[in-house]
Amino acid sequence: MPINFRHDVDQALKDAKTQHKPLLLDFSAAPM
Amino acid sequence: MWPDDRVVRFVEENFLPARVHVKEDAELFQRYGERYKAAWTPTILLLDADGVEHHRIEGFLPADDFLAQLMLGRARLAFDQQQWADAERRFKEVVERFPDSDAAAEALYWAGVAPYKATGDPASLKATGQAFKRRYRDTPWAKKASVWA
Repeated sequence: MPINFRHDVDQALKDAKTQHKPLLLDFSAAPM
Repeated sequence: MWPDDRVVRFVEENFLPARVHVKEDAELFQRYGERYKAAWTPTILLLDADGVEHHRIEGFLPADDFLAQLMLGRARLAFDQQQWADAERRFKEVVERFPDSDAAAEALYWAGVAPYKATGDPASLKATGQAFKRRYRDTPWAKKASVWA
């Protein structure tokens, strides 16, 4: 069960504000 | 870290997850890496809805330790937002579920602080100081709590 990561961070920050939900931001170099 | 079902569940329930890949999202990595001073991968930041950082996890961790850190960070978010009862419950959950993790001693410390912040009653600080005489005695958190016992 993979995590559904968003890649549009700007939009994710806007959504976090709208939904009043914290954001987990992963800086990764893992193979995609 | 990420393939663990418990981690996936906790993240989905508690956060909006976003990823910046150092190579695939190079422009974003430069922008957000500079903004949040993320100079290494993996770096995981727990941000509030305004984008303010409250917890940082740098480097790989085994799943149990990683989940404990995520739970600690979520508790810290509640604490920073002065949600004292929620923070206390979350800090205690870290200690109960992952007593052998590095996060546990820190969680025990803040689990004592949260009720004090809520009530001003120092009893929880004293109890926490005493608890550190029995557990996690060789941690920096035990030193910090020693003044309470």
